[in-house]
Amino acid sequence: MTGASPAVVSASKLGLTFQTNDGPVQALSNVDLTIGKGEFVSFIGPSGCGKTTLLRVIADLEKPTSGAISVNGMTPEQARQRRAYGYVFQAAALYPWRTIERNVALPLEIMGLSRAEQAARIKRTLDLVNLSGFEKKYPWQLSGGMQQRASIARALAFDADLLLMDEPFGALDEIVRDHLNEQLLELWERTNKTICFVTHSIPEAVYLSTRIIVMSPRPGRVSDVIESTLPKKRPLDIRETPEFLAIAARVRDGLRAGHSYDD
Amino acid sequence: MDSFRDKIVPVTSILLGVVVVWYVMAVVLNAPFQRDLDRRANLTPGIVEFIGKTLAQPKPTLPAPHQVAVNFFENTFLRSITSNRSLVYNAWVTLSSTLLGFAFGTALGIVIAVGIVHVTTLDRSMMPWIIASQTIPILAVAPMIIVVLAAVGITGLIPKALISTYLSFFPVAVGMVKGLRSPELTHLDLMHTYNASPSQTFWKLRVPASVPFLFTSMKVAVAASLVGAIVGELPTGAVAGIGAKLLAGAYYSQTIDIWSALVAGSVVAALLVMLVGIAGRLVDRAMGGRPA
Repeated sequence: MTGASPAVVSASKLGLTFQTNDGPVQALSNVDLTIGKGEFVSFIGPSGCGKTTLLRVIADLEKPTSGAISVNGMTPEQARQRRAYGYVFQAAALYPWRTIERNVALPLEIMGLSRAEQAARIKRTLDLVNLSGFEKKYPWQLSGGMQQRASIARALAFDADLLLMDEPFGALDEIVRDHLNEQLLELWERTNKTICFVTHSIPEAVYLSTRIIVMSPRPGRVSDVIESTLPKKRPLDIRETPEFLAIAARVRDGLRAGHSYDD
Repeated sequence: MDSFRDKIVPVTSILLGVVVVWYVMAVVLNAPFQRDLDRRANLTPGIVEFIGKTLAQPKPTLPAPHQVAVNFFENTFLRSITSNRSLVYNAWVTLSSTLLGFAFGTALGIVIAVGIVHVTTLDRSMMPWIIASQTIPILAVAPMIIVVLAAVGITGLIPKALISTYLSFFPVAVGMVKGLRSPELTHLDLMHTYNASPSQTFWKLRVPASVPFLFTSMKVAVAASLVGAIVGELPTGAVAGIGAKLLAGAYYSQTIDIWSALVAGSVVAALLVMLVGIAGRLVDRAMGGRPA
């Protein structure tokens, strides 16, 4: 690849139709998308707009039915087989019979890393998400926010350059969410990863992203793409600045244009 | 002390109720024979004396609780445990085949469950047969198993254990199929994103997720194993074991012996279920289970 930022994800005319009992449902239609290295891209839209489906297609958890998509220049399946991405689900999805450190170790065990290498990576990633000291705790002993941080650590543990996050903070209260948003930005800056982030919160999308992809339902499609003009350094109170509010207004306009506010 | 109020008091109340009903029934059921005896001996006992006699017959229709208790105590604690009148000895004979059958049954149940979960053909073909196997009355099958195995030279512990196996593999197989299929979709998706092999998914996800199901089904299976072992002793003319005691008691109308063998069987069953429960709780704790 040449150019300043080679495409990590690139999709053209991507479509996915689910066959359901009520007939075919077009979850994605004609999605064109290029995500460069180091970008923080948010997908926002009402439920049913296909944002999670799109993320799952990138992760090879769903197969597209039309169009083309590549991840790191490969098919999503090849990328998955090379462990190109870490995936964070809406629920922390920690294995309840494993301690926090064993949960973080799970992908490392599967990849066959040595014990010493595992220990080093567990320590590093738990440090990164501020969970040092909780290694021996079981998931139920942690708060929801801490569990989600542990699941982020697990996604970071094997050093994939791409992080796919599906409404990771959707189930958390606003105070915890603000805090984790701040931490996530800090982590993104330090690790220089490419992040695809699904959300249905406008402030969250604007606060985090370098680019916001607005999606709309029936059929799921991209209705607007908004480049953020905010600086890379973003304190929480940047959300009261006129610049921030202007971007948020544009996102809202994009959602409205895609009939996302219709019944 | 909450467990005292919440569990012991209600359970004891029911027990007391059962004992009272038992005594009343013992008087009622033993009365006709006692009246007969008294008439022949030209006795006219008072009501209290009469009731006392109905509760002290050597071969009562329904033994009184204290008669069973005395018999149980004598045959459990006052006899050498090598004596074939000792309930401990007989319980051990039954217990050994129960445990062997339970081990076979659990192993067989797990193997069948793994097969059903991983091989589509087995999923379609096995389940109906497994369910059908449990609709066959075990009392009819047991003698045939014993006879057939004796014909090929297998006698003693194994045939009895196999009847226990026959009864105990079923709950384990059903429970484990459910357990191995219990992981949530996101837990499975996670394995997929790691490109985990089927055997990694099996050992790191399906097996640990199935453990609670295993212990629940093992509790049912161990009780079924004991029933299997006792049933296995009935048609074989076994000389020792709880089943043999039941049969001998029935031959010689030793109703008190029958009841105390029954009590012994219940005690063994309760202990076995309790032990499996304790083992389950220990494993759960070791796997980070939240204390209840």
